Amino acid sequence: MTLTGAQILWEALVREGVTDVFGYPGGAILPAYDAMLAYPIRHVLVRHEQGAAHMADGFARASGRVGVAIATSGPGATNMVTGIATAMMDSSPIVCITGQVGSRLIGSDAFQETDITGITLPITKHNYLVTGVHDIAPAIREAFAIARAGRPGPVLIDITKDAQQASAEVDWDAAAPRLSEAYDDALPGDGDAHDALALIATAERPLILAGHGIVQAGAERQVRELAERAGIPIAVTLLGIGGVPASHPLNMGMMGMHGEAWVNQAIQEADLLIALGMRFDDRVTGNLKTYAQTARKIHVDIDRAELNKNVRVDVAIARDLRAALDEWLPLITPRDRAGWLARIHALKGDAAVRDIQNLPDDGHLYAAHVINDLWRLTHGDAIVVTDVGQHQMWEAQYYKHDTPRSLITSGGLGTMGFALPAAIGAKIACPDKEVWVVVGDGGFQMTMCELATAVQEQLDINVAIINNGYLGMVRQWQEFFYDKRYAATPISGPDFARLAGSFGIPAAVVKTRAEVAGAVEAARRQKRTAVIDFQVEQEDTVYPMVPAGADLHKMIRRPSPIVETAAD
Amino acid sequence: MLHTFAVYVDNKPGVLNRVASLFRRRAFNIESLTVGHTETDGVSRMTVVVDTDEYGARRLEAHLYKLVPCRRVDNITHAPAIARDLALIKVAATGEARTHVMQLVDVYRARIVDVSPESMVIETTGTEDKIDSLVEVLRPYGVVEMVRTGRVAMARGLVNGRRIAPRTGAGAAASEVNGDISSCSV
Repeated sequence: MTLTGAQILWEALVREGVTDVFGYPGGAILPAYDAMLAYPIRHVLVRHEQGAAHMADGFARASGRVGVAIATSGPGATNMVTGIATAMMDSSPIVCITGQVGSRLIGSDAFQETDITGITLPITKHNYLVTGVHDIAPAIREAFAIARAGRPGPVLIDITKDAQQASAEVDWDAAAPRLSEAYDDALPGDGDAHDALALIATAERPLILAGHGIVQAGAERQVRELAERAGIPIAVTLLGIGGVPASHPLNMGMMGMHGEAWVNQAIQEADLLIALGMRFDDRVTGNLKTYAQTARKIHVDIDRAELNKNVRVDVAIARDLRAALDEWLPLITPRDRAGWLARIHALKGDAAVRDIQNLPDDGHLYAAHVINDLWRLTHGDAIVVTDVGQHQMWEAQYYKHDTPRSLITSGGLGTMGFALPAAIGAKIACPDKEVWVVVGDGGFQMTMCELATAVQEQLDINVAIINNGYLGMVRQWQEFFYDKRYAATPISGPDFARLAGSFGIPAAVVKTRAEVAGAVEAARRQKRTAVIDFQVEQEDTVYPMVPAGADLHKMIRRPSPIVETAAD
Repeated sequence: MLHTFAVYVDNKPGVLNRVASLFRRRAFNIESLTVGHTETDGVSRMTVVVDTDEYGARRLEAHLYKLVPCRRVDNITHAPAIARDLALIKVAATGEARTHVMQLVDVYRARIVDVSPESMVIETTGTEDKIDSLVEVLRPYGVVEMVRTGRVAMARGLVNGRRIAPRTGAGAAASEVNGDISSCSV
């Protein structure tokens, strides 16, 4: 059958299992939009193309399926760049399709022409400039294969307008992806499973560092079994949250800059680190010169380029995590490491006393309380999508995630404005799940136009704005490291409730802790988008904290109520 | 130390850019990079020389494999290999000096490939050391212009006997709008 390039595009997407796309039309992608109407595709009209990329990303993170974003040439394509870079850093499989000016106009600075394949070269796994109708089907099939393969990530396909308009016979079999077989070959220098098992068997103080790769590989059960069988405690990264249930007795909590002090101390005292699907980011290691000096290290990651990058390890294994652990598990000898576990529990010390959740209500509304209440009221069962900053860290600390893919957050790139669009993508991927956006008043103002998208799509998303009138995390750094000189961090905003009202969205304003439960329950009852403006303590601080580049064990602890007043 | 990689890539538009961009983005310094056709249609071979340590070399190899058009990477730094550089050197030698230059060219087994009233062009191949040394002895006669290819290298024997088959698939057909570079060196 002869199809136009635009028809081939949609036919290929449908064949890849695509049911939803996030996009914005424009001149160079018009032929594709015209053809779309004949295909069983739900198109979500975004308000800004950055939102389209974040929605595709949120869709992918919530479901594990490839998310698809579509935009026109020039500004449509460049607006997606932040979303593509976000997906790249957090290994999220998305395919972005952009229109391009006609092939004869390429290089002529035509209207809305931009070199988007050149621009996105370092922030995609791969990209294509498709100028011929015959190349469309193979490019799409290969793009989906690449987005999913190995360490997932974004792929961009730029299709010229004339390629969309031309017609061709399609041979779907001939369009099958032919990826290089070299991809999975072992290379010299790769570590050996036997070396890893020997280290695990003899370690006295081992610790599993659980990362995003566990969820990506679907190795949640295997990691839990490894920990339980060998009696090894687990520390999680920000993106590793949910990969191991927060309520699991061996899950010690989050590591890193705003991780728990006892977790970081345990890393520094361990004699073996088993890093699974994580990449020793600077936000989890602190000063590399003093990082885990007493520990031997095993690193399993599907991306060989991550091995021995930041931290030199003793055994480096480039493999699919689930396949590797399936092989290890029968060879793990059960071991009781009660002494080491007791040591970690002892490291907690007075942490519980310092925890803001255990302090009496002093009349102030703290973000940590809001998030902890949200966790209780949603029974820990919601998909929470956060933005970036203080509220993100409080979410990680005070919402206890027991299931994978239930926390969606921009970790690597730290993209403000991510939360609302990513939540829209997550809700469309998982319509039966309760979805909460937890977002600061700064980040919300970056992409709040997408409220209109949520309304137009009649989505039931609840938005909790943690509103403190500051770019809070930056303000915190200014407080600690710049002598409280608050340069450009006080931020005003609209009356968020009235703003929501103008979108036809019900809203509430919460100023005291007593009002939290009522507002959250009311939002949950409404089967439509709702906004709550939580006006929280303005100069609140995320504790504990490892200052950037400082030693991991030298944390700024939470103030102790015994020596300081809770109101400080 | 200097590491030498033989990198087999699909001969497709933009591949050189992808490889060069990878080195830039990951902050590796390219000492030299050459690219040209191989015995297999559709497959080009790059010889890349990079100053890095063993860990860096391994990471670079892993990064190269992540490039979709990259078919195979051989780190031939420690393998017995033949490495050659080609140079064209223009010397402003006239009269008496010309005889001296011709003798030096003989000693270095180089060739004179062009002679004009004011200058002569010498062609030589060899290791970088040999060419450096020839340039040094020619310098007093007035080296007015020089061009070098950068290192090309090949492992000895049949250790890497595996042949790379040409690949068809997405974008396999060279595009007429995005001019390909079939050979080039840095």
